[in-house]
Amino acid sequence: MALADRKQSETEARLAALTMPEGGCLTEARKAALSRVQTLGLPSRRDEYWKYTRPDTLTAAEAPTAAVFDAGEAPMFSEFDRIKIVFVDGVFDADASDELALEGISIDRIADICAKDIHWAKDLYGVLEARGQTPVARPLAALNTAFAQDGVAIRVTGTPSKPVSLIYRHASEDSDAILHHVIRVESGATATILENGPAASRFNKCMEIDVADGGSLHLVRAQGRDHERRAATHLFARLGTESVFKSFTLTVNGVLTRNEAVIELTGDDAVAHIAGACVGDGDFHHDDTVFITHDAVNCESRQVFKKVLRNGATGVFQGKILVKEGAQKTDGYQISQSLLLDEDSQFLAKPELEIYADDVACSHGSTSGAIDEEGLFYLRSRGVPHAEATDLMTLAFLAEAVEEIEDADIAANVVDRLEGWLARRR
Amino acid sequence: MLEIKNLHVKLEEEDKQILKGVNLTVEAGKVHAIMGPNGSGKSTLSYVLSGRDGYEVTDGEASLAGEDLLEMEPEERAAAGVFLAFQYPVEIPGVGNMTFLRTAVNAQRKARGEEELSASDFLKEVRAKAKTLKIDADMLKRPVNVGFSGGEKKRNEILQMAMLEPKMCILDETDSGLDVDAMKLVSEGVNALRDEGRGFLVITHYQRLLDHIKPDVVHIMADGRIVKTGGPELALEVENNGYADILAEGV
Repeated sequence: MALADRKQSETEARLAALTMPEGGCLTEARKAALSRVQTLGLPSRRDEYWKYTRPDTLTAAEAPTAAVFDAGEAPMFSEFDRIKIVFVDGVFDADASDELALEGISIDRIADICAKDIHWAKDLYGVLEARGQTPVARPLAALNTAFAQDGVAIRVTGTPSKPVSLIYRHASEDSDAILHHVIRVESGATATILENGPAASRFNKCMEIDVADGGSLHLVRAQGRDHERRAATHLFARLGTESVFKSFTLTVNGVLTRNEAVIELTGDDAVAHIAGACVGDGDFHHDDTVFITHDAVNCESRQVFKKVLRNGATGVFQGKILVKEGAQKTDGYQISQSLLLDEDSQFLAKPELEIYADDVACSHGSTSGAIDEEGLFYLRSRGVPHAEATDLMTLAFLAEAVEEIEDADIAANVVDRLEGWLARRR
Repeated sequence: MLEIKNLHVKLEEEDKQILKGVNLTVEAGKVHAIMGPNGSGKSTLSYVLSGRDGYEVTDGEASLAGEDLLEMEPEERAAAGVFLAFQYPVEIPGVGNMTFLRTAVNAQRKARGEEELSASDFLKEVRAKAKTLKIDADMLKRPVNVGFSGGEKKRNEILQMAMLEPKMCILDETDSGLDVDAMKLVSEGVNALRDEGRGFLVITHYQRLLDHIKPDVVHIMADGRIVKTGGPELALEVENNGYADILAEGV
């Protein structure tokens, strides 16, 4: 079978296994997204953008099974006062969730919006995802827009007193979840969103974020420790004048994780920070793919990605900064580094800059290396055992990414968890 | 306390013999100084005693209070009571000085079968000791040695020594990078730790450190061996005349 035919038949097989929610104000966006998937076809290893990561298990008609991992510990962010929105295997759990009401913010379920003819989310659902399809095709995101059964639409109009917490629980060994969230931060409004949990055996998640002028959004997510789960996530964000968007993602284990972030700085003086820290073991494969477009004056973007890989784990980083003509005074920074704790692990990096303005400061760097033996000996000479010293050096390596978390308490919480996980290994 | 017999050591990578038969005994309660020209093996001796990789012991023995040091991992030597104050303390970004110190103190206590220090007891102790060494609270919160001046790094080493209470303190050219005031502070910190149950091995090039930390015994090391041993006056002789005369008679 010719390659194009095979791609088409695989795409058709996947689409046949899905049901598009019918009716309501999102129907048009869903149909347009379906048409994009049909045109693009689902990704294969032959696509340049998937050169380092095998998408097969993400695109297969049937989701691979994944044993549910019970860490026997309180979920991440439990210590914080927050609004809890719980999804179990991708389905909203009303009993486990809080009442979706708080001053300065409105929250609706995508499943409910589907039944309405008019809703503000109609103007955002699928819009940033569609914009993010060029210059690089992201068919898994289009598939998500077309078929997501659930998710939330969050509109931030003020400064809510506590964060919104999206909690993803994995309960069934053959769950295949598709969630789509849209978030609109109005002018001058500010909010924090926390996400945690493994979600499902296979998880396809899309989040579209529109931050209006002077708005600010902080997103901190922790992808759970389920070793067999597979996840493909997309983050699409558009930033207005003097707006701020900061995102940090912590990943520990999982067979396959592909996190894509597509950020557009469209208003002057906007700031976008995208960071990630991951620790992986064995058959772990983790891919961060980021595309940041500067399309306004005096904007700042930072990409800070750190990976610790051991026992044959693989890490991938593909990061691009595109500075469009006229986006003068751009300040772009990109760093991707990996710490390889043995010779079996590997890190594949593809950092890119594409610049069409002449008054910019853009820097990028990518390294992979072993643990600093000098530092390790220093710690051991003080009595710290080898394993603990390695963990301390690991935390030290990840620190630059963790420091991207704005809230000191949340950052401390992330470090605490990391310390515990490292100490207990898998 | 510390017993070194006929210690022969070579660099693993270069196959180069550095120590060629060191014999040394440091008794509890005594301060021994080792002086000697560059390349004589002083720092190698300190690294070998603390268990750094890259050195191969080809002959000889080294023990602390009867325990064979050469069979132990670096952390086991530390728990057994060896402390090396580094000539160039390593910077570890991302690890808080306080976190590191508490981890080290409790790891050693655990290794010795002692109860771990509670957070509040540790805090009380570290604050009191930091105060005498003029280490401000901000330095304790910062990452280990990152952004510290030369003097601050050395004071931090002495703070670690004070918290860990080792049996055998090895100071590897602690005077390097110190101005007069910092040297005085560091020396006062060391002197405060002198007691009947603890030995010191002070490696230095200069008499000026020994003006503050008065040694009981002074050794001159050259070409991988101790070539002369004497009292504090030996250091003064080196200060006045250099090593040439001693080496001429000793080797």
